[in-house]
Amino acid sequence: MNDTLPSPTPRDDLAVDATGLVKTFGRPGSSVFRAVDGVDLQVVRGEVFGVLGPNGAGKTTMLSMLATLLPIDGGRASIFGVDVVDQPHRVRQLLGVTGQYASVDENLTATENLVLFARLLGHRWPAARTIAADLLERFGLTEAATRQIKNFSGGMRRRLDLAASLISRPPLIFLDEPTTGLDPRTRGQMWDTIRELVAQGSTILLTTQYLDEADQLADRIAVIDAGRKVAEGTPEELKAGVGSSTLHLRLTDRTQTAAAAAVVERALGEAPVLTPEAGGLNVPLANADGAGDVLIALRQAELSITTATVRQPTLDEVFLALTGHHSEPTENDHQNDHETEEVA
Amino acid sequence: MTAVTESPQAPPAVRAAVVPEDLASRPSLRETVDQTLAMAWRATKKMRRNPEQFFDVTIQPLLFTAMFAYIFGGAISGSVKDYLPLIIPGILAQTALTTCMAMGTQLREDMDKGVFDRFRSLPIARIAPLAGPALADVIRYTIAATLTILVGIAMGYRPGGGVLGTLGGWLLTIVAAWSLAWIFTWLGTVARSAQAVQGISMMIMFPLTFLSNAFVPAESLPGWLEAFVKVNPVSHVVTACRDLINEGQVTAEVGWALLGCAAVVAIFAPLAVRSYSRKL
Ligand SMILES: Nc1ncnc2c1ncn2[C@@H]1O[C@H](COP(=O)(O)OP(=O)(O)OP(=O)(O)O)[C@@H](O)[C@H]1O
Ligand SMILES: [Mg+2]
Repeated sequence: MNDTLPSPTPRDDLAVDATGLVKTFGRPGSSVFRAVDGVDLQVVRGEVFGVLGPNGAGKTTMLSMLATLLPIDGGRASIFGVDVVDQPHRVRQLLGVTGQYASVDENLTATENLVLFARLLGHRWPAARTIAADLLERFGLTEAATRQIKNFSGGMRRRLDLAASLISRPPLIFLDEPTTGLDPRTRGQMWDTIRELVAQGSTILLTTQYLDEADQLADRIAVIDAGRKVAEGTPEELKAGVGSSTLHLRLTDRTQTAAAAAVVERALGEAPVLTPEAGGLNVPLANADGAGDVLIALRQAELSITTATVRQPTLDEVFLALTGHHSEPTENDHQNDHETEEVA
Repeated sequence: MTAVTESPQAPPAVRAAVVPEDLASRPSLRETVDQTLAMAWRATKKMRRNPEQFFDVTIQPLLFTAMFAYIFGGAISGSVKDYLPLIIPGILAQTALTTCMAMGTQLREDMDKGVFDRFRSLPIARIAPLAGPALADVIRYTIAATLTILVGIAMGYRPGGGVLGTLGGWLLTIVAAWSLAWIFTWLGTVARSAQAVQGISMMIMFPLTFLSNAFVPAESLPGWLEAFVKVNPVSHVVTACRDLINEGQVTAEVGWALLGCAAVVAIFAPLAVRSYSRKL
């Protein structure tokens, strides 16, 4: 299916180069379901690339295809220029994969797990033991070294899982939702570990549902929804795409929220977004000068406010704005777009 | 679509990642053996922590040998003692089959666990996760075969083939169990659930053991049944075991049994690896 496409000139600065990736799942009684629907992904060597998307967006499916764990149904992908379909064994030597669910052996102890993986990766017994001890030390698991994974907490499991992915010192690391289910402190530790890896020169492709996580860690972000890439750029670019800034207001009398919203809409010609907390309004501004107009209008309507802040939009707002229109699974109308793009 | 500027060209700070140049396109034989041994090591660790895996191989030889000998002994051979030379090799073959049957269910259960995702993502030979447990399982076959022979001796069985012949039959049983395990390994990789593997394995196991010459001489059966019993590979293993243990002779049957085992491995091992590599 892929060999009809002309080979694009390989870019040797890319760690991941995927074009038009497609994965379909047959669903009994219905037509095929496109879990990943023509995604292009270019990850530059040495960067942290974040894939942001809600549940079921296709993040895990996409990583699985790139990691040779799932057959690719359409498009092509290469890791450091090595084709994923033609050379799976080579690709596996370049990758460390930390899946969404801890992939360590429940019946073994922490040390035994790492020794097993080190042995599988070709290290002799003594070397495997040293590697295991070093990694456990580095991930603060030395005390739990002889405990079975069954008795590990979620956070410990995740750390061991990441440790296991680093045994071969892979130049590219996949992290599928590395901090889902972790408490804030453990999450912070995981972020530090990831930053360390980056400092040592690893390229990282991570997926997350947390916008602050992508903002904190990623050099570039792709937002995917229902198997499609809906946006890509640096965190700043993504935020800028929504409007340069947001005015956040808080009313003294929260019963006046509706009235205030009407006043703001009259002043700017656009409705504000109500925040989850009562009496709060978020007003997207095309440019920051609009803030003055809103404040004057509120003053004239005699609506008093306790706080007013102008700030950059958060990734949450970006996310809503981008995926809000794309949340419905689309039909197969874009099926051939990528083929044509590629030929052009 | 709100496509924001695509700028994959602009790398962040220059951080050089070392990408190995000389990548092997497939694991070497040496690596495959090492990886299989590592997987076998994992399986023995698991056995040690789940000792119930040893129940079947210890209790079954004790129970079956005594049970079959006392129930059928008088009816088939006139006395229990006369029946022992016929039944012990039969029980050996049956035990081999039932103990290696567990391979399929265990593998199926194991494959559903998270750690298999890692095995699939590692640059290792695809056969290692299958061959490792199969190798470790040899421990179980050894226990079962040894116990069966010992129980027979305790009941008054005196193998006519002497020590060497008995060792030969013992070894053949273990080899046969390891070979037949590949059928169940393959089943484990194709079936959807452990229960399904269990059910199908039973359906394979019962006709193979009971429609063989393991418990009764083939000649005593109706013609059509005798025909099946004679081609049943388990019958060949049983006859070969009898020749070795009772007569101390390496007969053509031993050759046929070994050839049959080799054929089973040659067919089912590649099938198992293929379906394992394809499994999601
Ligand atoms: N093996 C499978 N068979 C059928 N459908 C599947 C399979 N794997 C995934 N899917 C479907 O594909 C879609 C994408 O799943 P995927 O796991 O990639 O999402 P995700 O972005 O990782 O979500 P989450 O954040 O919940 O992990 C989902 O609708 C899921 O139900
Ligand atoms: Mg996922």
